[in-house]
Amino acid sequence: MNFKGKSWKYGDNVNTDEIIPARYLNTSDPKELAEHCMEDIDASFAKCVKKGDIIVAQENFGCGSSREHAPISIKEAGVSCIIANTFARIFYRNAINIGLPILECKEAVKDADKGDILEVDLSAGTISNLTKNKFYKSSPFPEFIQDLISAGGLMKWVSKSI
Amino acid sequence: MGMTITEKILAAHVRKKQEAMPLVFPGELIEANLDFILGNDITAPIAISEFESVEKEKGRELDVFDKERVALVPDHFTPNKDVKSAEQCKILRDFSRKKTIKYYFEIGEMGVEHALLPEQGLVLPGDCIIGADSHTCTYGALGAFSTGVGSTDLAAAMIRGKAWFKVPETIKFVYKGMLNTWVCGKDLILYTIGDIGVDGALYKSMEFCGDVISGLTMPDRFTMCNMAIEAGGKNGIIEPDEKTLNYIKNTAKRDYKVYKSDSDAKYADIREYDVSKIKPQVSFPHLPSNTKPASEADNIQIDQVVIGSCTNGRLQDLEIAAGILKGHKIHPYIRLIILPATQKIYADAMKMGLFDIFLESGGIISTPTCGPCLGGHMGVLAEGERCVSTTNRNFVGRMGHVKSEVYLASPAVAAASAIKGRITDPEEIKIK
Repeated sequence: MNFKGKSWKYGDNVNTDEIIPARYLNTSDPKELAEHCMEDIDASFAKCVKKGDIIVAQENFGCGSSREHAPISIKEAGVSCIIANTFARIFYRNAINIGLPILECKEAVKDADKGDILEVDLSAGTISNLTKNKFYKSSPFPEFIQDLISAGGLMKWVSKSI
Repeated sequence: MGMTITEKILAAHVRKKQEAMPLVFPGELIEANLDFILGNDITAPIAISEFESVEKEKGRELDVFDKERVALVPDHFTPNKDVKSAEQCKILRDFSRKKTIKYYFEIGEMGVEHALLPEQGLVLPGDCIIGADSHTCTYGALGAFSTGVGSTDLAAAMIRGKAWFKVPETIKFVYKGMLNTWVCGKDLILYTIGDIGVDGALYKSMEFCGDVISGLTMPDRFTMCNMAIEAGGKNGIIEPDEKTLNYIKNTAKRDYKVYKSDSDAKYADIREYDVSKIKPQVSFPHLPSNTKPASEADNIQIDQVVIGSCTNGRLQDLEIAAGILKGHKIHPYIRLIILPATQKIYADAMKMGLFDIFLESGGIISTPTCGPCLGGHMGVLAEGERCVSTTNRNFVGRMGHVKSEVYLASPAVAAASAIKGRITDPEEIKIK
């Protein structure tokens, strides 16, 4: 899977309350959630994000609540991929389970600025910063997780297994 | 090689045909059988929709893997705050009836899930548990492996009774020394998170031990494990002892098994704390790790105090708060909200006369709900307002307006602060 898009850069500990505030959790409609995506950290995000754009963040992205509404709102907003130094554990598995690609790569994060054009090859685990003309390699997913992703997410995998 | 309690529990829940008691290793990806799973009115509607999408794909109705091992607890927006939340809760109610799920809790029997399920004897030592709520790690206080997941994991678990895990490395936290007056489990965990940071235990298990932990009550142990997630931890866990077994002896709904770490178990890190150096703590905005002693807060005026939640809404917490508030009036500029975490705690607190103390001091008493903790309802903050809260998170906008502030503290610090109208060490209050 390949993605190309503009980078949205954030810092450490971007949390689920910022990604999708609880005041909107009385619904689970992805479209409604996407309208408020990242609202409490970047009010311009939901209005300006374009299909294929990539979120870049530093340590512990997605910390806090288990709410799957967070990766759902990001995916529905059109984001193709998230690159961070590290992800919070529940966000990490939620993203994999719903088929939102994520990569851990400190070097790519360090160099990327907001607006840089990034290209990601998920199966190879490679990232190119086309604006800066730099190339990076991240660790590939373990085989079991690659199976989940290639099945189209956890529920597709479950559906096949029963 | 020895194993930690977390590794032993996970090993016991993995089927490996070649060995009676298989080994598991940190970093290994496993599929574990689950003893209990749960969801709430925020997370379960998505899980139910995913469950039904599999039914649609298969063209047949599916049962949940075990009707007595699933709990659905509508505790965040109940009594329903608006039409949308009523619709969300109805999804849980309808699904529970259709699938004849035994542990659906309607208001009147409902409580804040992580206080309710241990109280009901539904989560037990040695269990492997997932819940679609990040504070599911609370049940580690009973010696269970218990971790928060999202809705899709819950959906898959409702069908198969299994979940995938990466076996975590464990950090051992050893607490020694004599606790200072007013210092409780909340102060210990806030201090620990302050020490290691909000990602200090990322992807890892947090094992709490030492003489101080043995001396803690069960409510204090629940509080500590509850906040493991605030350090990024996969689970928090405490080896079961006599207090644990006493806690469950009249309520356990199933058999259980006690596991303990081997003396030669391997740890990623061991951290020791001399608790005699720890004073009542406060986490300043906007991270649980921004901790300092309450006595060092420099005249921080507040508008609201919340005492409740899955972290500190148990009977012991209300007793401590009442002990400080007795005979005092809260500051005229303060709104004090007390939330007994379950219907039983509510009834017990009322019978003990705690409600008289809260009401006479100027506080209000709410039905059990998670509402204010996450800025949902029953105590949302306006722009610029500050709250001292016994809840677990103080991220930007957590309890309301993006420019409001939450300060995390124990029930003692919260009650003392309600009297003074500013962040206060309980030592400042004259006990009547």
